[in-house]
Amino acid sequence: MSTALLTDLTIFVLSLWVGFEVISKVPATLHTPLMSAANSIHGIVLVGAMLIAATTNSWIGYVIAFVAAVFASANVVGGYVVTGRMLKMFRRRPAAPAVTAPAAPAATATAALSRDGQSA
Amino acid sequence: MSGFSFATQLIYVLAASCFVLGLHLMNTPATARRGNQFSTAGMVIAIATTLALVAHAGVISSTGWIVMLVGALIGGGIGLYSARTVQMTAMPQLVSMFNAVGGGAAALVAIHDYIRVAGAVHGVAESTTVTTLLDVIIGSVTFSGSIIAAGKLQGVITSAPVTFPGSRVVNLLLGAIGLGAAGYVIATPGLPALWIVIVAALAFGVTMVMPIGGADMPVVISLLNAFTGTAVAMAGFVIGNWALIIAGALVGASGGILTKLMADAMNRSIGNIIVGGFGTGDTAVAALPGAGAGVTAIAADDAAIQLAYAQKVIIVPGYGLAAAQAQHEVAELADLLESRGVDVTYAIHPVAGRMPGHMNVLLAEANVPYPQLKEMDEINPDFARTDVALVIGANDVTNPAARRPGTAISGMPILDVDQAKSIIVVKRSMGHGYAGIDNELYTNPKTSMYFADAKTALADLTSAVKTLVG
Repeated sequence: MSTALLTDLTIFVLSLWVGFEVISKVPATLHTPLMSAANSIHGIVLVGAMLIAATTNSWIGYVIAFVAAVFASANVVGGYVVTGRMLKMFRRRPAAPAVTAPAAPAATATAALSRDGQSA
Repeated sequence: MSGFSFATQLIYVLAASCFVLGLHLMNTPATARRGNQFSTAGMVIAIATTLALVAHAGVISSTGWIVMLVGALIGGGIGLYSARTVQMTAMPQLVSMFNAVGGGAAALVAIHDYIRVAGAVHGVAESTTVTTLLDVIIGSVTFSGSIIAAGKLQGVITSAPVTFPGSRVVNLLLGAIGLGAAGYVIATPGLPALWIVIVAALAFGVTMVMPIGGADMPVVISLLNAFTGTAVAMAGFVIGNWALIIAGALVGASGGILTKLMADAMNRSIGNIIVGGFGTGDTAVAALPGAGAGVTAIAADDAAIQLAYAQKVIIVPGYGLAAAQAQHEVAELADLLESRGVDVTYAIHPVAGRMPGHMNVLLAEANVPYPQLKEMDEINPDFARTDVALVIGANDVTNPAARRPGTAISGMPILDVDQAKSIIVVKRSMGHGYAGIDNELYTNPKTSMYFADAKTALADLTSAVKTLVG
């Protein structure tokens, strides 16, 4: 077993654990956007398609590179756009009035500093 | 390792960190949009780095550039168009198609790598072959399986389980052929055996998903999502790129978690769903409205008065609401009740809808604010303090029989709807749900059945509230 394979395996296993850790904290409300965001992220395989196009010199290589590039970039762009579209619909209040006039200026400053402070 | 390739690897790790951070920010709806932007920033960094790498290496032909750029433009255009135009009810199909192309692209990367190495004079290192084969197999199964899943969700292919005598034998046979050919590729590297592996894996994807019923789709999509991630990670092994390995592992973990959650919520094991091949399609078994003993029927006016004079109402939307596309009607009714001072929340079971979290997206689209959307564990204690629970198109997930041993749904996590002071169930008929058993909730003395299509029923309820108590 080569060192490179061992390194790759280590990275793979640790990333799996990081993934389990991070994703288990995503609320069920967001599971559909999570899946489409995952679609966008696995579009990273576009890098592989680009490297094929860069190294090949046979027609079959070009065909494979082309199809893979189409597939992967559909993932990257489509996943990102549709995730954004969905997340935009998640509102705390429908068409809420913009200013709710907090009591003191200090409170306003704190709220401005942590935009998600309200979600606590 | 030259300074340049060292730098590019470091930048790939930076891009992968953006993915982790982006997924982390999805832990609340308030920060999720920033999370999506972080992930995409990571993607832009990774692609820009690869462009720099390709240009720096200088071996790419002009044909290579054209293939790369035109392919990316076409794919990006298709992705953009489908993402902009897709209906929220069709999200499961879109995610499934995205899984398909992701798996397909990952398989192609491994296939090309193998062709290139096989074309060279020297042999293939064994470890490369194993990851290459895993990539080819998982990627191909995902590709064909996801297309079938999308077809079933879209209704192009029947959502009922498709089985034929000996279908399980065919599955086993395909598995054996695929693995046998894969073993042969490892023993004696060569292209023909690889083609057999690909064809067997593609066929296996089809025969794996065809027997799975529409109701099990949330599990299947999640599982195929996990497959896609794993295939992409394997592609990372094949081309030696950490960004692919990390991103693929993250997606694999995400799909894995969702698969487990969905299977648990349906009280089925993953293996049982894959080899089972039972489960129903979209349509419930028809039965006469009002059939069955001890069932109280209710008309729109009475239901409207109950709702309008309640203090606390919990709406329980299910698959039937999504199928009837009645999310806007339900939101309108909820708004009306809220304007009368009724406290309205939604109880969302994990498998309400056609994919993980689907019901939340449908309701968010109908302008329901997300703090009103409650997960099962969060809302269950509230039912006892609730005046009216309005169940729309949900069946098995409300059946108290799940609390007793010895029924088809024993042990399945349910919404404690029967604890509410009174219950109104909107349903087309007394037909059975997916589990095929009677719902004891319907014969509960506190329950009134409102037999109608979800969309019509909700519109009638809204106008009844307006006219009666305006």
